[in-house]
Amino acid sequence: MSTSQLVERPDRTTRWRLPRRQLPVLVSLALLLVMYGIGVSQYQAFSNIQVVFNVFIDNGFLLVVAVGMTFVILTGGIDLSVGSVVAMTAMVSAALLRDGLPPALVLLIALLIGPTLGFVMGCVIHFFEIQPFIVTLAGMFFARGLCTWISSSSIPITDGFWTSAAQERIRIGENFLTVGVLITVAVVAVAAYTLAYTRLGRNVYAIGGNPQSALLMGLPVGRTRIAVYTISGLCSAIGGILLSFYTLSGAPLIAVGMELDAIAAVVIGGTLLTGGAGYVLGTVLGVLVLGVIQTLITFDGTLNSWWTKIVIGGLLFAFIVLQRLLGFRKKSLSTR
Amino acid sequence: MSGWRTRLPAVTGHRLFWPVVVLVLLVAANAIYRPSFLTVEIKNGHLYGSLVDIVRLSAPLILVALGMTLVIATGGIDLSVGSVVAVSGAVACLHISRQPDQNSLGGVLVALAMAFGVSLLLGLWNGTLVAVIGIQPIIATLILMVAGRGLAQLITSGQIITINSDPYRMIGVGHVLTLPFAIVLALAVTLLVAVLTRRTALGMIVEAVGGNAEASRLAGIRARRITLLAYVVSAACAAVAGFMMTANVSSADGNAAGLWVELDAILAVVIGGTSLAGGRFYLGGTIVGALLIQTLTTSVYAMNIDPQTALLFKAMVVIAVCLVQAPAFRAKFRRRRATTGGPTAPTGEQRKEQVAA
Repeated sequence: MSTSQLVERPDRTTRWRLPRRQLPVLVSLALLLVMYGIGVSQYQAFSNIQVVFNVFIDNGFLLVVAVGMTFVILTGGIDLSVGSVVAMTAMVSAALLRDGLPPALVLLIALLIGPTLGFVMGCVIHFFEIQPFIVTLAGMFFARGLCTWISSSSIPITDGFWTSAAQERIRIGENFLTVGVLITVAVVAVAAYTLAYTRLGRNVYAIGGNPQSALLMGLPVGRTRIAVYTISGLCSAIGGILLSFYTLSGAPLIAVGMELDAIAAVVIGGTLLTGGAGYVLGTVLGVLVLGVIQTLITFDGTLNSWWTKIVIGGLLFAFIVLQRLLGFRKKSLSTR
Repeated sequence: MSGWRTRLPAVTGHRLFWPVVVLVLLVAANAIYRPSFLTVEIKNGHLYGSLVDIVRLSAPLILVALGMTLVIATGGIDLSVGSVVAVSGAVACLHISRQPDQNSLGGVLVALAMAFGVSLLLGLWNGTLVAVIGIQPIIATLILMVAGRGLAQLITSGQIITINSDPYRMIGVGHVLTLPFAIVLALAVTLLVAVLTRRTALGMIVEAVGGNAEASRLAGIRARRITLLAYVVSAACAAVAGFMMTANVSSADGNAAGLWVELDAILAVVIGGTSLAGGRFYLGGTIVGALLIQTLTTSVYAMNIDPQTALLFKAMVVIAVCLVQAPAFRAKFRRRRATTGGPTAPTGEQRKEQVAA
């Protein structure tokens, strides 16, 4: 690759290099803008800023979970357990609050369970060389089973801290945000910084690009891989807390299939599923695209909810084909 | 295979040893909990009993897992089977529900053919994405997994279609020659797949493609066509499973039919010793895996444990079986088994095929 760049005319490579890496993210951005534009042109109320804020409010937990998923997918792995861990975290906090534990302690316990499960799954994946798909699938069953083991019905949360966190409105002019959105933004910022500027982030990209060479370069492959699943567990736990803020309850069957939404958001955000290329910003755009689709369908009123699934499927297809086309170009360049 | 001294480690080292042990333990636990569990009796010329029920209920899973085995053998994975189950059930039930006489055999056959055709198209779509466009299988089939569920709801208009058709119900709960029809059907499909893959070169070709698609293509195998075929077969199996599941309850629910069946099927395949990396497949193992999962589910129901909590047990069994089978895990405890396990596996498979045929 590097030698071919030396041979080729420099202006051509510099012209191609930049968009090829960021193109999927740019396409997601364009898609988001087009969809928002359609919404604004069709419905008057759509141009209200609160609509945008609501997309964040309604999808904050999904965004946090998808950010964790981005780390895992960047290493070439997959984490199917996220939806169940979200439900488990919400369930555990609800149950502990019902038993009268102080909110700070509940928060700590709830935030520890997810990463612990992620850590264990990462260890199993790394040390026993079992496929991430199977290990996280078992994790998914485990967490979901634990939910119903705690309670088979929904537990309401009446704790003062939780309700105030849920009902607090942060006013910006005429519009408002929730505490959850602020937490989401903070998580996204920390994750973006970690991936772009820290050693861990570079290791994640290196392992996703080629685990073999990462190992030969002396990078801590095992540690990074375990860390990635722990991060995903932590993000799911935060997502679970946000969800419990949002719904003020813990239900055993909540967030079923959330892992699919998270994976879809990551893919639509332009992250390569084989790992090694992608951005947190892309994932944010991916989640927003999903959110705007739902908002559009809600605004329309005549379309049924299943159209959401069909549209998401179509978008997945379009983005994967796009990635594939970009992949072809990359291949033909490198073999030249 | 000469004498007991060499046979005993060959038996304990066999990839199906632990799954079968767990299966036997489960059945034994059930028998202790409820002594009537093991009784099988003939009522009105039909076979009844808990064991028969378990096999009957696992028939759809066996079918889905069979198709999944072939896909996984080519190094792929098919996440869309659950959606295909929902779509095929929805198409068949919709067509039957629109007929004036729901009991007419001809109408049911047309409905089945239509649903089967739609499923084949869905399989072709998956296969084209994977084999022709070259998308990663897990993602290619994720598309249909998400969109297919929506498609099924679109077909049923988001409602549960209830039908009242005796010929259709036959697929799920009918009897043939004292055996439940579902078991006979699953057995027939299993035999068909086994004969086609193990009595012809097809199975070896599939394994070659899964081992190294490029190398097999250079060796003269039409690797793309084989991969495509695997996804079509998987969708076909899922379609038949969809008929069984919807016939069991005489209704089609686009939302719930076949939900999570893809995960159960993948588990069944992995428990059966087929590696997700592709290149090898064991049909016998898959069937043991499917039976194991269904037995686990049924025993949890029978012991009055919340069905959702059953997932907890499932997770533990899955992780235990996978750990015991993982070469890295075995190597940590016994270094010798890793080397002896390899050569005994094919002979065990051959022996099983002879028994099956």
